[in-house]
Amino acid sequence: MSTIEGRDGAWEMVIGLETHAQVASKAKLFSSASAKFGGAPNDHVAFLDAGMPGMLPVINQRCVEAAVLSGFGMNSTINLKSIFDRKNYFYPDLPLGYQISQFSDPIVSGGWLDIELEGGVTKRIGVTRLHLEQDAGKSIHDQDPYRTLVDLNRAGVGLMEIVSEPDIGNAEEAAAYVTKLRAILRYLGVCDGNMEEGSLRCDVNLSMRRPGDDLGTRCEIKNVNSIRFIREAIEFEARRQVEVLEDGGAIVQETRLFDPDRGETRSMRSKEESHDYRYFPDPDLPPLVLEQSYVDKLRAGMPELPDAKKARFVTELGLTPYNADVLTADRDNALYFEAAAEYRDAKAVANWVTGEVFGRLNKDDLAIGAAPVPAAELGALVDMIKAGKISGRQAKEAFEVMWAAGKTAQTVVDELGLSQISDGSAIEALVDQVMQANVDKVEEFRGGKPKLIGFFVGQVMKASKGQANPASVNAMLKAKLDG
Amino acid sequence: MSALSDLLRLNIAGARKGLKHKEFTARELTEAYLVAADDARPLNGFITETPERALADADAADARLQAGTAAAMTGMPIAQKDLFCTEGVRTTAASKILGDFDPPYESTVSGKLKADGAVLLGKANLDEFAMGSANITSAFGPVTNPWTPEGAAEPLTPGGSSGGSAALVAAGAAIAATGTDTGGSIRQPAALCGVVGMKPTYGRCSRWGVVAFASSLDQPGPITRSVQDAAIMLGSMAGHDPKDSTSATAEAVDFEAALAGGVKGMRVGVPREYRTDGMPTEINALWQQGVEMAKAAGAEIVDVSLPMTKMALPAYYIVALAEASSNLARYDGVRYCVREDGGDLAEFYANTRGTGFGEEVRRRILIGTYVLSSGYYESYYKQAQKVRTLIANDFNAAFHDVDVLLTPTTPSAAFAAADVDDPVAMYMNDIFTVPASMAGLPGLSVPAGFSSAGLPLGLQIIGKPFDEASVLQMGQAIEDAAGFDSTPRLLAGAKP
Amino acid sequence: MSLDRDTVANIARLARVNIADGELDSLAGELSQILNWVEQLNSVDTSGVVPLVGVGTAMAPLRQDLVNDGGQAEAVVSNAPDAVGPYFGVPKVIE
Repeated sequence: MSTIEGRDGAWEMVIGLETHAQVASKAKLFSSASAKFGGAPNDHVAFLDAGMPGMLPVINQRCVEAAVLSGFGMNSTINLKSIFDRKNYFYPDLPLGYQISQFSDPIVSGGWLDIELEGGVTKRIGVTRLHLEQDAGKSIHDQDPYRTLVDLNRAGVGLMEIVSEPDIGNAEEAAAYVTKLRAILRYLGVCDGNMEEGSLRCDVNLSMRRPGDDLGTRCEIKNVNSIRFIREAIEFEARRQVEVLEDGGAIVQETRLFDPDRGETRSMRSKEESHDYRYFPDPDLPPLVLEQSYVDKLRAGMPELPDAKKARFVTELGLTPYNADVLTADRDNALYFEAAAEYRDAKAVANWVTGEVFGRLNKDDLAIGAAPVPAAELGALVDMIKAGKISGRQAKEAFEVMWAAGKTAQTVVDELGLSQISDGSAIEALVDQVMQANVDKVEEFRGGKPKLIGFFVGQVMKASKGQANPASVNAMLKAKLDG
Repeated sequence: MSALSDLLRLNIAGARKGLKHKEFTARELTEAYLVAADDARPLNGFITETPERALADADAADARLQAGTAAAMTGMPIAQKDLFCTEGVRTTAASKILGDFDPPYESTVSGKLKADGAVLLGKANLDEFAMGSANITSAFGPVTNPWTPEGAAEPLTPGGSSGGSAALVAAGAAIAATGTDTGGSIRQPAALCGVVGMKPTYGRCSRWGVVAFASSLDQPGPITRSVQDAAIMLGSMAGHDPKDSTSATAEAVDFEAALAGGVKGMRVGVPREYRTDGMPTEINALWQQGVEMAKAAGAEIVDVSLPMTKMALPAYYIVALAEASSNLARYDGVRYCVREDGGDLAEFYANTRGTGFGEEVRRRILIGTYVLSSGYYESYYKQAQKVRTLIANDFNAAFHDVDVLLTPTTPSAAFAAADVDDPVAMYMNDIFTVPASMAGLPGLSVPAGFSSAGLPLGLQIIGKPFDEASVLQMGQAIEDAAGFDSTPRLLAGAKP
Repeated sequence: MSLDRDTVANIARLARVNIADGELDSLAGELSQILNWVEQLNSVDTSGVVPLVGVGTAMAPLRQDLVNDGGQAEAVVSNAPDAVGPYFGVPKVIE
């Protein structure tokens, strides 16, 4: 258990995260308007999304699928019968005057996911539940001096609300939890996890207590939309609460917002008295009942998840845990690697991907989907090294050009005239030539200076204009020098 | 009798025949109804009249009749209860709050009638947001029952909430009308106006595009002059709608054809709990007559018990009002509605709604909000939904022994608004109709006799889920035996 | 259950329905009458009874994930009392 030091002793953070993940579906949860981000104002709006009289909800099966898959991804129980409830309150971005959500009988209960922390420590974070609900529209406060403008494009988009147990102990764990959850959802293809666009948002619930004490009063920090802000919000809020408590005050249970410019949380202005949401089962929607066979089929069709893939990369492909971790952190990266490594030396490919490819992606600020070198071409390049056609150094040179110009490995190698001398007799000739030109060094080597091998290798490489296969050169030199 | 009033006397079945045999055109029929609308205007049955649209619809109907592509409802001049969103035609739900709301969509049910070639005469008056049993809460004025005796001190109410629809049909100002029934809002006004009204099984007709009152109870249905007409019109209105998640996937039935079945051997249950304390003699007498009529037609009478009957009404008022309080939250002045400004957002909402909603609606929203609120949900709403299960169980048990049930529709004949002292007294008008609503069962009211004051009285037939056929068959038998003269009282050119 | 005017005022606030001060008492009376009347339900023994969730379809139908709605911003705002171009306008909300 990690603690922070207050003025008079240690304090423990108790953190739970509520994550809202937008379902990556084409249409909305209860209407057939587009769920796509953006769009001209009020263009992605069915009359139901605008709360018009007489409109009725019909459940999108893709959202149900997403919830079930996510449940499997978090080792949860899928509830074959779940109920949609109405959560009643008034706000301009809530056109029905209620949100259709799930309160008493959610589609998924329980579960956990494992997070990796510094020092190779693994911690299990419990999941309480996952339920489906509607997203709200957008209120725009700064475009008109006298009015708030409302755009309902987002109203009704499917959300999965995922509630963790209060098992998170600090900012690092919170960040690791969100990272892992996001990776799982992206692997499943159920959410794109784009926090900037708001497809993944977190509410942070935090309370402080002296180790061993009962739970303290918590505050909720709403809609924190980047992992960095989650860390900052936690750090600020923990200190704020400790200060209040150490000054003898009490924490007011309230909803707060994180201000990223100031790095502070502040109380939400008059979101009024605690809401009485008057939950009751939505009479427009009969219970959602799933067949076990449907659920089993979804499970059988699930893609390999990050933890399983990482384990497989280590045990079957022989990658280091570090590389396996780096390669599986994001699904698209993992898929790129797998495509490049197929039928090849996975370790070699792994080094190339984590080294050259990721290096260039970072430098050019690109995601793997925009990489100018497709996986197949990376593979082709690695094949050429293996076949001894080019050296590793030559390959790196070729890679730069492939990346910049978008050309194939073969094309670039040909254009640059890169080829490696691997032919035994050619190498022998070069070695002989160098040995003859450096008789004194040969004497010294044989006299007991094994480190001189480097000099000879260098000379041979120079004589071959860098094209000799270094391994062959080494072997030949050893044979000749010792012999 | 003028030719005009002859036309108006035809019910749907008769008009269908006349149109088919080219005795008159759809246009002529509609024109007759447009004249009738003038005569009937003092009743205040319409909120919005659509004469130009009616004539255009009639012309289109004539074209179909010519082409031989007419459906059963083609050319029939009907009124749509102003709870059905009709594209391009103002829809008010009889409330100030909707202002000049012009729906950009057509409800499924009104759309089906439109697609079948029915002619839209206008939007019928109703209790505001379908909340009422006398059509006195409309923001557009109350409706007068055409059976109001001449020289009466007070106009009689037509019942509600589909008061306008029932009055128009009874007055011969529409050949038929759509209504919606949540706790009796089709059956009760039909009974008080001496016409036929049917609430189908819940889910039989789509609720898409119908302004919602109580989602688990609302059901569109026909108000007509005869049982056969109700069967014809229901055939046009009913059907599975994938846009409504509560829409039944039950097989389509040719309701009109089913009428031929007759009732010989049908087992008719008479639920003893419907014999209430202080039941007016004439209601009881009519009920007995109904039993005799059924027997004479070959049915077998069975005494049954529905112990939860008395609890249905209070349970209904909890469930319906809870759902309504949530369904009416959307009327907030943001995307539609007449807006009232306020200081901040909460005031803006409260002013808009406080001004726009009438007293009965406000009362019901407050009760509904209260029974769902923190601390009360279990004791009110959840308890009511449990009682609802018991009510449904009662009917299930009874239907093991019988095919249909026979009861009075209302506890009295038509009354004047002043006769009802308080909200609860008004709610008691639904005492016989609410139980079937709570169980989602089909119910039909057929005019079967008169009160001592000469006002119409109806009998109700309740059936098993999706067995509208048996209900209609028994309704037909009662109608045949009762010989109720449902001649509309106000016909153009026919003064009493 | 008898409601007092304060309770009525609270419910009215929750329901966003403005009630004039002068109406609170009579409304409290009316609502109390209705609630007292519905309370007879408490006399029914419902132990072991499951609340009825809908009388019609037993299971919610699911629809295909297809986009075939929307693209009608004009119609969507056509009844708005204060549309600002394609947006709905409301009095300024301070968050």
